[in-house]
Amino acid sequence: MTMTPRIELRPSPHVVKGASVEHIMFHVVLALLPIATFSVWQYGLSALALIVVVTLACIASERLFNRLSGKPSTLSDWSATITGLLLALTLPPSFPLWMGAVASFTAIALGKALFGGIGCNVLNPALVGRAFVQAAFPVAITTWVPAFAPRRFSEFVPTTFTAPLMTPPDIAAWALQAKSVLDGFTGATPLARWKFENVLATPADLLSGAVTASAGETSALLILLCGAYLAARKFMDWRIPVADLGSAALTALVFQMIDPARYPDPLFVLLSGGLMLGAVFMATDMATSPVTPKGVWLYGALIGVVTVMIRYFGGLSEGVMYAILIGNALSPLIDQVTQPKVFGAVKGKKA
Amino acid sequence: MSLFPFFRRKTFSRGVHPDANKRTAGSPIRRMPFASRMILPLAQHIGKPAVPLVRAGEEVVRGQPIARADGFLSVPLHAPADGVIEAIELKPSARGPWVESLVLRVYEASTQEVRWANPCDVESLSPKEILQAIQDSGMVGLGGATFPSHAKLSVPAEHKIHTLIVNGCECEPYLTCDHRLMLEHPADLMVGVRLAMRAIGAERAIIGVEDNKLDAVAAIRECLPADSSITVQVVPTKYPQGAEKMLIKSLLDLEVPPGKLPMQVGVVVNNIGTLAQLGQLLPAGQGLTERVVTVTGPGIKKPGDYWVPIGTPMRTVLEWAGAADSGEREIILGGPMMGQAVASLEVPVTKGVPGILVFDQLQIEAARQVWPCIKCGECVNACPMGLNPSMLGMLAVQREYEEMGTHYHLGDCFECGCCTYVCPSHIPLVQQFRVAKGVLRGKAA
Repeated sequence: MTMTPRIELRPSPHVVKGASVEHIMFHVVLALLPIATFSVWQYGLSALALIVVVTLACIASERLFNRLSGKPSTLSDWSATITGLLLALTLPPSFPLWMGAVASFTAIALGKALFGGIGCNVLNPALVGRAFVQAAFPVAITTWVPAFAPRRFSEFVPTTFTAPLMTPPDIAAWALQAKSVLDGFTGATPLARWKFENVLATPADLLSGAVTASAGETSALLILLCGAYLAARKFMDWRIPVADLGSAALTALVFQMIDPARYPDPLFVLLSGGLMLGAVFMATDMATSPVTPKGVWLYGALIGVVTVMIRYFGGLSEGVMYAILIGNALSPLIDQVTQPKVFGAVKGKKA
Repeated sequence: MSLFPFFRRKTFSRGVHPDANKRTAGSPIRRMPFASRMILPLAQHIGKPAVPLVRAGEEVVRGQPIARADGFLSVPLHAPADGVIEAIELKPSARGPWVESLVLRVYEASTQEVRWANPCDVESLSPKEILQAIQDSGMVGLGGATFPSHAKLSVPAEHKIHTLIVNGCECEPYLTCDHRLMLEHPADLMVGVRLAMRAIGAERAIIGVEDNKLDAVAAIRECLPADSSITVQVVPTKYPQGAEKMLIKSLLDLEVPPGKLPMQVGVVVNNIGTLAQLGQLLPAGQGLTERVVTVTGPGIKKPGDYWVPIGTPMRTVLEWAGAADSGEREIILGGPMMGQAVASLEVPVTKGVPGILVFDQLQIEAARQVWPCIKCGECVNACPMGLNPSMLGMLAVQREYEEMGTHYHLGDCFECGCCTYVCPSHIPLVQQFRVAKGVLRGKAA
């Protein structure tokens, strides 16, 4: 008997572009690696430990929920790795590792698994994790260490290895000693210094990373470069960061024109804090941003305005996280009101 | 996206750029010999199936009408070769169900000579007579739509047609049958275009050709009449440029309203292959018995464009073109974007089959793993109709078919496949929409 070749039946189209979720996510991971590396170079062993532990904890949590839900492993889509890296980059380098693990678990559990996994989440998982630890550990998340401390590659920050459920030790003395060779370390971020002490950091300091901040928020240029790579390869919607940064700068400009003495210049607003990392890597999370072209612009602009509003008028010195979470929550609504115009339909008239 | 949109030719919004893979464009159309047995379904067109004029056991000659049109929206069928009608019975069709078909056993002595013809002077025909002659030729939209051509060219009194658009885009990857026809039969095309213009009362005709076929543009320009009533316009290569509404937008900047026909904006669109063959058949007074089919794909050893007698079974075509006969494969009637995969090699080439593609393992495996929708918005940026396939897909999973139809314009989807082509999650969006449309049709009925 001769073997008849098997005939495959598939619905059209029979060709695909070749993009895949795995492919996109893998390239986002690649784009995050230079930023993580810069962070390690800046803050040393503690940053490295934090990034590794937080990322691994995210991956472990994802695997756990895969098992609990009886589904095959979704680790190969890289999304848990991205959540881990992003989360680690938004935490202070001195953040105790056990708290980082808690943040990771919360990010995956409340931010992702609860909604049904990849694509179904409403809020950015990394920011859900960060919001949780911001509320749970308000002191640890605002304890900063100086960048480029001379012994950063030979010793950990004392808080890194805090035992689980223990309060981290006070590191003010350690930080003072670490900074002895550095000028200007104050234990506060440039945003907090502007807000509470009215001291403005220079763009040069902000760009070179010689400021205190979260692990991955200091390298504005590097973030832009990595984002440009993703946008050029079409793994990221360039319209979101453009709208976000544009509207933040514009809002800042308006305020500065109203009262130049009180409000900083737009460049400071763009370069300080987590705005750059948030605009390029978090607001652009596909699952939690709108899909319609108009919606994307609206969403980005909204995040920019809300960020500046929280920074200027809120109780916190930083507003990116809540701005993006608000944007995420509004995405479905934005999509609803910005449906694209159907071909041939007359504007304003229902087809 | 281009930095200099002003220097670009006008075209429709969005769409996709699949790999062209038109490797058969360079070689002339060859003739495929008769199969020993041909299968001729009575319904090869949209509308009522044709009614057999012959009985089992009857001998027929090439070109002889063997089934007549049943009413206005129907066309006759002509014998593709000399032979004897073996049976009138159910045979497998491309879409799956078995359909009533004439089975013709071809005599070995059958030749290319068409022995049943009624030549006429087309110049003296009135528009009405032209339409009748078109119906008698059994012509349908050869691009794949298979809508009877005379019906498409019959313009109701309330519409005034200003332009006939001739669709030479051939935007489907792999296919080159229209390209070769434009290169090899531009004179026939001119005859067909003029006949169609007279039938609909249009004063001008624009032949739209994608800019990856400039040799075809040159060939047609050689044959254009001096009075400039017929022109050729080059449009950017982009899928689905060859969709009626898209091409009208690209050439005339007119948008056909949702649910309406091109006549609404004073335009009739015809496929280039249809008109080229009309230009051949009508003066000779012959019926449609063969068509150009692109046989290609990674699983074909002798790819090329062939004149294939209508009714030739897939098995014969694939044997002739040298299909690899091992391993898993997919056989597609039409192009890769909108074509139909067939389950049986007994399925014949019918009037609406522009191509036969054979894909192997590599293409089949390309999109096997499906992820949930990550709302990347690629489909929204690809849909030429301005729909939101992402939302439609999520509603389809929830079986919210009514919602899809009333709020998300499901009815405007013409299943071009752009959304599914770009989807990084490999969600079979078009298939979901087909199912949804079927359910809605069922509910309406």
